[in-house]
Formats: sequence, structure tokens, C-alpha cells
Amino acid sequence: MLENVGHSALYIHVPFCVRKCRYCDFVSYPYNESNARLYVTGLRREMELRLGDKHEKRWPLSTVFIGGGTPTCLSTKLLLEIITLIKGYYNLSSDVEFTIEANPGTVDAGKLSSLRLAGVNRLSLGAQACSEATLRTLGRIHTHEQTVSAVWQAREAGFDNINLDLIFEVPGQTLTEWERCLEQVIDLAPEHVSAYGLQLEEGTLLKEQVDSGLLQPCEEEDGINMYQAAINILQSAGLEQYEISNFARLNKQCRHNLVYWQNEDYLGLGPAAHSRLRRVRMSNETNLTDYTTRLNAGMLPVAWSEDITQENDIFETIFLGLRMTGGLDLERFKQRFGRSLNEIYPGLVESLVNKGQLKLRGNHLCLTPAGMLLANAVMCEFAPV
Amino acid sequence: MDIRQDHIRNFCIIAHIDHGKSTLADRLLEYTGALTQREMSEQVLDNMELERERGITIKLRAVRLNYLARDGQEYALNLIDTPGHVDFTYEVSRSLASCEGALLVVDAAQGIEAQTLANVYLAIDHDLEIIPVINKIDLPSADPERVRNEIEEVIGLSAQDAVLTSAKTGEGIEEILEAIVQRIPPPQGDETSPLQALIFDSHYDSYKGVIAYFRVMEGRLAKGMPIKMMAIGKEFEVNEVGVFKPAPTLVDELRAGEVGFLAASIKNARDCRVGDTITNANRSAAAPLPGYRQVKPMVYCGLYPVESNEYGALRDALDKLKLNDASLVYEAETSEALGFGFRCGFLGLLHMEIIQERLEREYGLSLITTAPSVRYRVNTTAGETQEIDNPSLMPPSGSIVSVEEPFVAATIMVPQEFVGAVMELSQERRGVYKDMVYLSQSRVMIKYDLPLSEIIFDFFDQLKSRTKGYASLDYEWDGFRQSKLVKMDILVNEEPLDALSFIVHQDKSYQRGRALVEKLRSLIPRQLFEVPIQAAIGSKVIARETVRARRKDVLAKCYGGDITRKRKLLEKQKEGKKRMKQVGSVEIPQEAFMAVLKIGEDKR
Repeated sequence: MLENVGHSALYIHVPFCVRKCRYCDFVSYPYNESNARLYVTGLRREMELRLGDKHEKRWPLSTVFIGGGTPTCLSTKLLLEIITLIKGYYNLSSDVEFTIEANPGTVDAGKLSSLRLAGVNRLSLGAQACSEATLRTLGRIHTHEQTVSAVWQAREAGFDNINLDLIFEVPGQTLTEWERCLEQVIDLAPEHVSAYGLQLEEGTLLKEQVDSGLLQPCEEEDGINMYQAAINILQSAGLEQYEISNFARLNKQCRHNLVYWQNEDYLGLGPAAHSRLRRVRMSNETNLTDYTTRLNAGMLPVAWSEDITQENDIFETIFLGLRMTGGLDLERFKQRFGRSLNEIYPGLVESLVNKGQLKLRGNHLCLTPAGMLLANAVMCEFAPV
Repeated sequence: MDIRQDHIRNFCIIAHIDHGKSTLADRLLEYTGALTQREMSEQVLDNMELERERGITIKLRAVRLNYLARDGQEYALNLIDTPGHVDFTYEVSRSLASCEGALLVVDAAQGIEAQTLANVYLAIDHDLEIIPVINKIDLPSADPERVRNEIEEVIGLSAQDAVLTSAKTGEGIEEILEAIVQRIPPPQGDETSPLQALIFDSHYDSYKGVIAYFRVMEGRLAKGMPIKMMAIGKEFEVNEVGVFKPAPTLVDELRAGEVGFLAASIKNARDCRVGDTITNANRSAAAPLPGYRQVKPMVYCGLYPVESNEYGALRDALDKLKLNDASLVYEAETSEALGFGFRCGFLGLLHMEIIQERLEREYGLSLITTAPSVRYRVNTTAGETQEIDNPSLMPPSGSIVSVEEPFVAATIMVPQEFVGAVMELSQERRGVYKDMVYLSQSRVMIKYDLPLSEIIFDFFDQLKSRTKGYASLDYEWDGFRQSKLVKMDILVNEEPLDALSFIVHQDKSYQRGRALVEKLRSLIPRQLFEVPIQAAIGSKVIARETVRARRKDVLAKCYGGDITRKRKLLEKQKEGKKRMKQVGSVEIPQEAFMAVLKIGEDKR
């Protein structure tokens, strides 16, 4: 497979954590040094293989995102090695958005400053909550004080684009606690906030605790109120909602995530990383040993791939696009698929508009605030099944 | 190979559902060399997928076993299989009429069960020679002596020379074959008389048309012969005559006493009814064999396609099923809630489930089945009597003088310690106590008259659970009786949903209505608006529940690149919606229409 087309987004998955959080179903293993070494060696081989004839270098990357897992549980040395690899194998555009995810418990002034100097210009901190009780329920390893000091250290290190991840609808969390947390977060003046309603994923400890009655899940009504509170409080602090769960100051939207929501190509490297390249979606081996074994044998570590049918491409473009408050660009949609949305789904948009779930704003189709709460019910109407 | 009539034995096996009939049949086939060891990997007589899953023989088959007996003579033993469920009692009776003898197979640990008893009595009525076989003697809990006594006391049969056997180990198989030869009389009948052959089963083959399974009572039936179905009056020409060994093997003719099958380009099961008599169209018998009757459905329900554009496909599928199942009855009906569908009549609940599953499995249809109903007789003020098999067609209460409902005479056999539980259940179900007999010190036979409608509502499940599975049940039709019955309507989102209406005894109406709306509340998923559910008699609402509105349904997180998973979640959600029936503005899942059947589950 030739990777010579212009994807402009690169994702690197770092599959290590100090400890697994109770709600998390992303792929990560406990950190240890020898595995971390193996991983970085694997990453290098994957870049080599992917770039085969080096054509791709000509397309500059406009976004790079190192996520996980917890990238910052790697040593500064290894992190710099990864960044050097990226810069060695790819051209970065001059205005590249270069994000790294970090856990407040795994950073210090030195690490942050080295990363910033190496070219990382956006920091995404997994703050998740402010109260110790909720942080404990989530199984986080850090405290709110550590979040505060991580933000200060990041500022000192020169980061002027910081995201804070937050989670609401956590068992035991109250609306008052959540509102207070939002205020505390605003005091830290982040450029970007992601506020997620907790999803209880199969196989996570938190889900087991809820299923077994050990924890009381949040009432739907409280969840709605917390979501509304997030929108109100963040917006009044100048953080504009631009996606179902994402808020940013002017021009500080996460360009990397916009690539996903606009259903464009991206390359993912590392165990369990997903890619979308030229009408194919694929994902890598999730197990580190399988990942490195494949690479050592000179093969791409792709475990699964699927051709994107036109049908699925259309559906994905719609449901991803509707996630953004700016909505789905109908003009671009028509250019991309040669047919308008109305031609493909006669009458559907109209009926959802009449139900008050969608609205047309110029050339864009957006969820209404009510529709946003029911996004799944709206989006699934477009499914080609 | 010509067989002399006195070297033929026709027999069947009477057994309770898990007393080992299929295994025993397999052993007999194996012993007589009809099957090799390798072919034995499956139980041969049950050859429909559904039968295997449910462990029940639905369709009869006849197999010829060639057995070289200890007297040095070769005998043709025709094993005629019988269905083991009360829904198919009439078919059993026709099989028995084709035999001279029966093996009564009783589990050495469990003893006689009600269904077995009913069939034994049927066999005695047909003057069959009955050979008691006590099976599963290899079980640690086997108590053959107790079972032997039970057979003698309960049935009044001598069980002194009962054959002790284990179909599992193969012990006693030869003794069974010898007993068949020595104790079952050979068939009678004059092969020079005009033909009389009894149809005891039929089956539809898409290439050959209906295959009739028959026993020649008098005369001979040959290939090429013009034949006439005496009750139906249709004539055909025989294309094929054969026997199962167990592979179908063609022969030129079958003579009085023999058992086999024929194909005669019969296009429709209607023209080949179980119990009818086949005669020679050119040389007709003076009269048909006795005992033919047209089976009448006992249970009715509505079948509707989930997608209304599948109506035609449903009709075609029913037409096809009807070709091989003459007992299936249906006519088009319309429901305000469900649109176009069919009201179907079945021999019983099992028959209903089988048809429903075949429609879904073999024809790929997605169906809504309404709760089963019996046929009621309504006497109106206009002096008319209407028969109603769909509750929503009940006339308004003002024009009703009285309502009658079908009753059955039920026989329940149970260990003595469960008598109280059985009586309590029967009483709850409006049963009328008739009789109680101690079959032995520990086993009791209880007789009740029960409304059929109460039996079709989970009676058997309740009986089993309240007696730890020990009770067995048999029942027979016992005519109509007047009852205090009312029609209950269910309103969903303020609109009456005709497909959910049911008829209920006045004294139980409040309890049933309340239980049903509670059940419906748990089955109807939350919609984007609040949905009230009400139960009403006439204009009086007796129970109300509310399905709260769904206000939040959103995937908060959508990145990390795994878009496929999100897409599949949304697709699944859409699929789930598609399986629901849109009634007005409310989406109702298929199982809600059967909710009335499930009320009992929550009560215990």
C-alpha cells in the first residue's frame, strides 16, 4: 500500500500508563522501561515501513497528536526521541499544531520545558475532575493541586495553548461540585476545555462497580443539568462550544480533532492506533509483542482494515460533521459525493428539522441544542442499514 | 422382496418427552442394520431442525426394519413414529390406528407421565398389543420394580414380562425385537379386497409434491394406480410407492398390512389429510375407514409483518407452509395499529411457536405476533351467536347477552407432595375440580376442567415450576361453557391499540390489566416524549403507567480515530429501531405484543 497521499494529520499512540483509570477502555499497559524501549524501536520501524519511498515527506503535516495512554509516563529522553523521529521522517508545516497528552501526575517543569523546546506547542492535560472524591472514583493518580501546578509549570515552559479534559456525570458527583470544578478550571484560564459526559464502557472497572450496585449511576436529569452548566459557564468565560464536548477560545479549536470530525485522512502509528488513508480504515495490533513482531518481520502491524464504501463514507461524514456546532458543510458534502444530502435522504432532513432536532444555518446543517442531547437518535437516522 | 403378511409387525413407541424414545428408535435401527454406526451420529427419526432443538417429534415417520428373529425367520418390522405433544393428539391417534402393537417406554427412574398415560389409553382404545419397556435401567436412580408396579396399578396392564432395557448401553434391545415378533399380532386384511389405506401423516416435498404416509388396511396400492381420497374426494395417479429403510426405497406395490409412502403429484396438503382413506379410483371401497375428522384449531393469534411491505411475502410464506401443514388455518385481517396481517389458527401453543419460528427462520420474515386467543362464542341481544377468535372483534358490552368460552378436561399427574400446589394453581386458573386418584402411595392423578384460555397463558410453565418439574399434563376438548368475560383495551399514548386487546374473566380483570400495563412499561423503550399506557374496560380506565421521556442520548467522546466502532453503534441503534413497530408516533418492540403472556413471569 502506497502512503503517498496527502494526509496532513499524524497520531501517535503511546500505550502506557502508570495505572489504568477505572473508566478507560483505551489500549494501555502498565509502564516499564524495557517495554517502552521496545515500543520506540517499533515506532521507528513503522515510520520507515510506512514511508517506503519517502514520497510522503513532501506533504507537510499540519497536525501532530501524541496521545495515549499517558505519553508523559515515558521519560523525557524517550519522548524527545519520538519527537526527533517524527521530525526526521515527516515535514511539519510552519504552523503545525503539535499536541501531547499529559497526566498532571507525570509532568514536571523540566519535562514540560524540554517538550516545548522540542516543538510541542499544545498541551492536553487530563485533569478530569477537581474534587478528590471524584478523582478517586475515576481512579486517577493525581490531585487537583497537581493539575494546578502542572498548568503553572506549562505556562512557565511557554505553552500558550492548553487543553483541560473534564468528565461529568460521574457516580457520586453532584451538580454543585461540577459547577465549582468548572469555576476552578476557568481560573486556570485554559485555551481549550473538553467536557465529556462519562460513558460507562464494557470491561471497565467503573462499569462493573455500577452494574453490581456498588456505585449509583448519575440520574439522567442531573447529567443534562451538568451538561447545560458546562455550556453556560464555559461560554460565559469565553470558551465557545464548537463540538458536542469541546470548547475553545477564538482560533484555539483543536485542529487535529477537526480532521476526524471533517472525516479526512489521518495516519495513526503505534499499537492500537487507527488510520484513515485513501478510503481505507485500519487499525494496528493492540498487543505490544504482536506489534513489534510484525514490524521485525518487515510487515506493517495492521491488524484490521476495511475499505470505506461510499455508503459508509457518506454516513460517517454526516455523523462526524453533525458533532460540530458549525455543523455539516452541505456544499462541501455535495462536492465530495456528487449528490446533495437531500438527494440521498429525501425528506429526512426536513422531518428532523420539523422535529426541532436539526436546523439549517446557511450552507450548514447543525444539531439544535435539543438535538445535541439526542445526537445519537438523530445521527442513526442517516445510517445506511 | 415379497413379505408374507404374517411376517409383518406394525408398531409404534409411546413415551414421555425425555424418556428416551429417539435413542431407543436409533438403537432398533442400528441393531437391525438399517443404519451403520456412523449414520447413528444423529437421531434419525427427528429430522427437522426445530424438532431437534425442542427435543420433540413434530412429524411422524415410518421406518421398515428387517429383523432375522431367533426362530430363523426374517420379519419386516414397521416402526411408526408418533409425536409427543398434546397439540398433535389427533395425529397420534391415526398412527396408532395403523399399528397392531405399541412399545410403552417408561423411564425407570421417573415412572409414568400424564402424556404417556393419555397415549396408552388411546392405544388400548385401538386394541393394540402393548409391550411395556422399562428404559434407562443403567441410571443409578433406576427403580424398575416400582415402575413395574406403577404400570400395573395405573394402567392395569400386566408388566411381569416388561422388557428391561437401556437404550444408552444397548442392553435389552434384542429382547424388545423378539417381543415385537412374538407378542404383536401380524396385520390382517385381504389383499384382494378393494383398496383401503389409512393416511397417518404427510409431508411436503418441493419436487414431488405431498408425500403421503399410509398403512394399507385392505387390498393393494401400486405404482400407476388411479387413487381417490375418500373424504376429500380428489383423485390422483400414483407416481411412486416406497418404504423407508430408512432411506426411501421404491417398490412396485404395497399390500394389505404394509406401511409406506406414495407420491402422486399432490400439490396441496389440503388434498391429503391425515385420517383420510385412500382407495382405488377404479375399484372403490364401499366405505372409508372410520375415525376421520378435520382437525380444528384451538388457539388463534394475529401475525403481522414488522415492515408493512412484507405483507405479500408473509402471505406467500403462509401459503407455502399450508401446503405441508393442513392444520394451519389463516385469513387476512386488518389491525388499526399493525396494518395488514393474518389471523391464524393453530392446534396449540407449540404448533403456533413452530409456525412462527419457521416463518422467521425459513422465510426471513420479521413478525409481530399478537397474544394468542381462544375462540369465544358470543350470544347477542339480537339473538345471534357469533364466534370470535380476535378479542378486538368483541361486540360492545351493551349488545352481549352472554359469552361462552372453551373448556378442556385436564389430567395432571404429580408426586403426592405437590398436590396442594397443583390444586392452588388450578383454582387460580378458574379450574373446576373433578377427581383425584392415588396411582400409588406417592403419585396422584388430579382431574380438573379448565378454561382453555387459562391453559394457553403459561399454565404449563407454572405447573412445571411449582412442582419442580415433576408434574405432567394432558388435556382434551370439553366444549363451551358460559363465563363472566370482559374485553380489556390497552391505550398507548391515549390511543387504543387493538392488537393488545384481550378477553379476561371479570374477577381477574383488574389484576391482569394492572400487571399488563406494568409489563408494557418495562418493554416499551423510552421515547422522546412521555408515553402513558392505560388498561380500560369500556370507557373505564383501571390501570395506568407512564414511560418517561428520553431526553439524553449522546456519545460524548468521539475521537481517537476509532470511527468504525461509533458507526457500528449508530447502525445497531437504527437496526433496533427498525425492529420496532411504529404505532402512531410510538415505537413499540415486537415482544410488547406478547406481553400479556409474560405477566405471570413477574408475579413469581
